[in-house]
Amino acid sequence: MSTILRLNNLTKRFGPVTAVKDLSFSIEKGNVYGILGPNGSGKSTTLGIVLNVVNKTSGEFQWFDGTQSTHEALKKVGAIIERPNFYPYMTAAQNLELVCKIKNVPPNNIDEKLELVGLLDRRNSKFRTFSLGMKQRLAIASALLNDPEILILDEPTNGLDPQGIHQIREIITRIASTGTTILLASHLLDEVEKVCTHVVIIRKGEKLYSGPVDQMNASFGFFELKASNEEKLLALLESHPAFGKVIQKGGIITAFLEEPLEPEALNTYLFENGLALSQLVKRKESLEEQFLTLTNQITA
Amino acid sequence: MLRLLNIEYHKLRFSKSSRVLITTYFILITFIALIASIEFNFGNVNFRLADQGIFNFPYIWHFNSYIAALLKLFLAIVIVSMMSNEYSNRTIKQNLIDGLSKKEFILSKFLTVVSFALLSTIFLFVVSLILGLFFSDYTEISIIFSDMEYLLAYFIKLTGFFAFCMFLGIFVKRSAFALGFLFIWWILESIVRGVMEYKIFRDSNIAENIAQFFPLESMALLVREPFTRLNAVQSAANQLGSEITKDYSIHWYQLLIVILWIVIFVYLSYLLLKKRDL
Repeated sequence: MSTILRLNNLTKRFGPVTAVKDLSFSIEKGNVYGILGPNGSGKSTTLGIVLNVVNKTSGEFQWFDGTQSTHEALKKVGAIIERPNFYPYMTAAQNLELVCKIKNVPPNNIDEKLELVGLLDRRNSKFRTFSLGMKQRLAIASALLNDPEILILDEPTNGLDPQGIHQIREIITRIASTGTTILLASHLLDEVEKVCTHVVIIRKGEKLYSGPVDQMNASFGFFELKASNEEKLLALLESHPAFGKVIQKGGIITAFLEEPLEPEALNTYLFENGLALSQLVKRKESLEEQFLTLTNQITA
Repeated sequence: MLRLLNIEYHKLRFSKSSRVLITTYFILITFIALIASIEFNFGNVNFRLADQGIFNFPYIWHFNSYIAALLKLFLAIVIVSMMSNEYSNRTIKQNLIDGLSKKEFILSKFLTVVSFALLSTIFLFVVSLILGLFFSDYTEISIIFSDMEYLLAYFIKLTGFFAFCMFLGIFVKRSAFALGFLFIWWILESIVRGVMEYKIFRDSNIAENIAQFFPLESMALLVREPFTRLNAVQSAANQLGSEITKDYSIHWYQLLIVILWIVIFVYLSYLLLKKRDL
């Protein structure tokens, strides 16, 4: 498998603020990656650096094993970051023609890409007349013009209505199914969970996790328990070796597992120690809870 | 290089305001011909400008390049807005992401600047040639094509001015403010020059020697005002007992100063773009 992009200890400081801190990860061909992080965690800055619009403070990055200069490599990349940026006085087709000229590709597949994002009937409308959803879809069409080796999308559904979000996700899924490598930055978990195979989680510019999405969920789950004698329950849970963090909230005690434990075994253990439960639920954390735990934002 | 020009042409072609300004500019240059029809009537004295020899070869090269240079502000607006709009539309970001390098971006803009200056020079050449052939008293080939260095000076002067506008567009990022900055710069130069001339270096030409290195002043010096060179004005001055002695010719070092400014402005634009996070 060939590496498309490799980041090595990338750091970016804006004055006293460190937006990206010692970030390293690599993007392999054929996978769908998600960069996940809350707002202001350095996702866009990271993408800005590898896309040549933000200057790095230190560290390095390499496109396609460093065989080409960044701007040559970018001709083989399709990317949209933040808001779609086009010339308002040009039509959709004219804007795409310009991108073709910049990327040095023939303008033959403009109509094909417009068709893909459902904008063919508006090809001759001026960009300024477009709604946000249409602008975003045009941006995707523009990113696809050169049949890129990798498609980079930064918050592609930001600010869209549910219908727009649905359209964009459908387009992304369709593109992913053709085997195109995708790098998707988002603060929306379900978005990443739905389309990505790999995920990089960052917070305050630091990498917290990187790896396959399903392995991120590799915790042992947790129990939600209720008993009339809460103090005794707490004491028993703490003395049990399988439990880590225990949280008491609204009459329900949440106990996180550090090793596998079946509900039956727990029930037996508690009963043998003279405690009867009024509620026993075992759950696995959703990706969202995982994410919040990882980013330390869970309210205990 | 053609690719870069093609990209810029594509950007300008569909912009209505740029199209209007550029067309207006070239139409206004042809209006120099209208000067020919200016007539004054002071009682019995009938004065027709065209008869005063302003369209005589080779004087016409000097006269027309001076008049046409006054119109450069129209193209300056186009250039400033083509730079700053890239910022306000944030298309500069998209251009870079799409695979244009920062060097290529500046180069494409500079090539456009040079093309504008070149087009304008060629246009001016054609208009002046036609006007001259109509009105000039001398139409020998050797006279027609003498003093052509005014066209070269005109070209360098325009390129310099537009390069300055390009730099301001990138530096200020907003077209209205950039044009305002240009105006303020011009005032500043005048003030500094004035202070030097009348306060610091009185009764010497040191002030002039320093001022010729200022960007706008150096461009202005390339094509000096041609009016006092007219026979009518010269003889009028003689009758009043004064003599106008001015150096109207173009010196190589004046060209060099402006070319130096062009290099500085283009390089500063590049440096600015390179340093900035978009």
